[in-house]
Amino acid sequence: MTSAVSFRQVSRHFGSVRAVDAVDLDIVPGEFFAMLGPSGSGKTTCLRLIAGFEQPTAGSISIFGERAEGVPPYRRNVNTVFQDYALFPHLNVLDNVAYGLMVKGVGKAERLKAADEALSLVRLPGYGARRPGQLSGGQRQRVALARALVNQPKVLLLDEPLGALDLKLRENMQEELKSLQKVLGITFVFVTHDQGEALSMADRVAVFNDGRIMQVGTPEDIYQRPRTRFVADFVGSSNVLPPDFVQRYSGQHRWGSLRPESIRVSNATSGDGVTARLVGTNYLGATTRLALDADGLRLHAMVPAGTALPAEGEAVTLTFNRESLHLMDEPA
Amino acid sequence: MTIAALNSNPAPAILPGSGGMRGALSDLFWRRPKLLLLLMLLPPVLWLGIVYIGSLFALLAQSFFSIDEFSGLINREFTLKTYGDLFQAANLDIILRTVTMAALVTLASAIVAFPIAYYAARYARGRWKALFYLGVMLPLWSSYLVKIYAWKLILAKEGILTWLLAKLNLLWLLDGWLSLPIVGGNSLSVSFTGTFIVFVYVWLPFMILPVQAALERVPGNLVEASFDLGASPGQTFRNVLFPLALPGIVAGSIFTFSLTLGDYIIPQIIGTSRLFIGQAVYSQQGTAGNIPLAAAFTVVPIVIMGFYLWGAKRMGAFDAL
Repeated sequence: MTSAVSFRQVSRHFGSVRAVDAVDLDIVPGEFFAMLGPSGSGKTTCLRLIAGFEQPTAGSISIFGERAEGVPPYRRNVNTVFQDYALFPHLNVLDNVAYGLMVKGVGKAERLKAADEALSLVRLPGYGARRPGQLSGGQRQRVALARALVNQPKVLLLDEPLGALDLKLRENMQEELKSLQKVLGITFVFVTHDQGEALSMADRVAVFNDGRIMQVGTPEDIYQRPRTRFVADFVGSSNVLPPDFVQRYSGQHRWGSLRPESIRVSNATSGDGVTARLVGTNYLGATTRLALDADGLRLHAMVPAGTALPAEGEAVTLTFNRESLHLMDEPA
Repeated sequence: MTIAALNSNPAPAILPGSGGMRGALSDLFWRRPKLLLLLMLLPPVLWLGIVYIGSLFALLAQSFFSIDEFSGLINREFTLKTYGDLFQAANLDIILRTVTMAALVTLASAIVAFPIAYYAARYARGRWKALFYLGVMLPLWSSYLVKIYAWKLILAKEGILTWLLAKLNLLWLLDGWLSLPIVGGNSLSVSFTGTFIVFVYVWLPFMILPVQAALERVPGNLVEASFDLGASPGQTFRNVLFPLALPGIVAGSIFTFSLTLGDYIIPQIIGTSRLFIGQAVYSQQGTAGNIPLAAAFTVVPIVIMGFYLWGAKRMGAFDAL
């Protein structure tokens, strides 16, 4: 099957900065694909390479099997929802949504009807006559989404579209985007630095760092079986364990990762476990995050709210199941 | 600073006033910001209201007086006779000539200014931006008269341009142009073409700067969004860049249009002997001593600008503001 988007050894350098460095990537048609990484990791540049705003310094990009290098953005059947929406301030909402059809020469009646339908799809019916300036952030976001979807793109690119929304709205939009993607069956490529967002929405996630892809996989893969220390740490702030520590428990001299929620904390100072000292607690609502010091190794544990906690500075014993200790591919 | 030092900080929580008139005034203005605003605005408003608008209305009032043709004295009775005089063929010619020139100068300025302004707003950074401002403003530093006489030397029959075109074997082009009716003449310095070139040169900065300011306010991602939605560069210019730059172009055209309508020095030094409005005002109030007709002539640009702005607003030129 042809990939929706395929990168072969794609690089994009800005002077001496390697924004994207020899990336290989295959996005399956119809999937919800997330590009996750810290700022400056190259994920947005990858998105811009797909949109055509950037051209690769080296390598080849194809979209549904067709080579895309040198093809300007206006000849790609790919649409973008911009981070700050980029709505045209001089046009009303309906004309904004109809813009793509207008420049393609679709008749006025037909394009306004399609724009109206797209607005209904994003649950903003009847907002057509307003100016973008009169809308709230969440509404602008929906208009930007409708403006992209009305063109029925082969791939929809979303550049941190939920970044500017408050928590409640963001959660609503996450669910809506996910169900919209299911209904429409369009390939979504979603850029985010929020690992929770990537894990909850995507079919597959690519974790970026320093212009390279560290790991691609299902959210479960990425979360449960991180391949490198960076992925373990960035996705869900796992405890990264040094090879010497790991060797004591698994017999292998490899880097390991242990999820904070896999660690059990008990007051008992005896028994076989890791002896540690509690150095701090963070109350997070449903859970409490404990900072622990195990003989110089800083660990975090997540315990349910309401758990009886030892006082700060007290010694505790940490236990975990052998199978929750994940060994990483990264060489020691 | 240690925590102990912070805790033993002896300073009071509320600092004493600085005392004296200045301290009391500062506190008063802080509590009543509108008072400060009023005091700051009073001098310019008085200037604008009395000296500026007042003298303008005194001038306009003159246009409703008439002149006694025998004695040459001004008859201070309300009449529209002077406005009737504007519609004499000779005067109508002057108005038409000036408006056409102003429109052409404005159009040419906009066409020349846009790419320069676009470059400055989109691409120029740091040192290049400073160079842009310097380049645009530099001509404004030197005397207006000197610049115009310099242009006379450039455009004269024995001037630099003729010499350059002769070297390039392109003299036939100039001669061909000069042999055309209306725009032609003996040389560029005594033709409407010359007047036009110098007008565009002198007013160009007044077009570049507002257009550049308008383009600077257009977020770059709107252009990307337009491309992304399938618009070619031409469509993006027509549907996004131009509408968003239009307030700047209109602002610039107010300068170029009204400055051309009122100028009397450029057409006097470079051009034909046929008059423009500014020259007509100058000669009517000076040698002819016909202040009412001069005043009526000055009303013409004001009315034209009024219609122009009204039309621009109706066309939606200010929608993006």
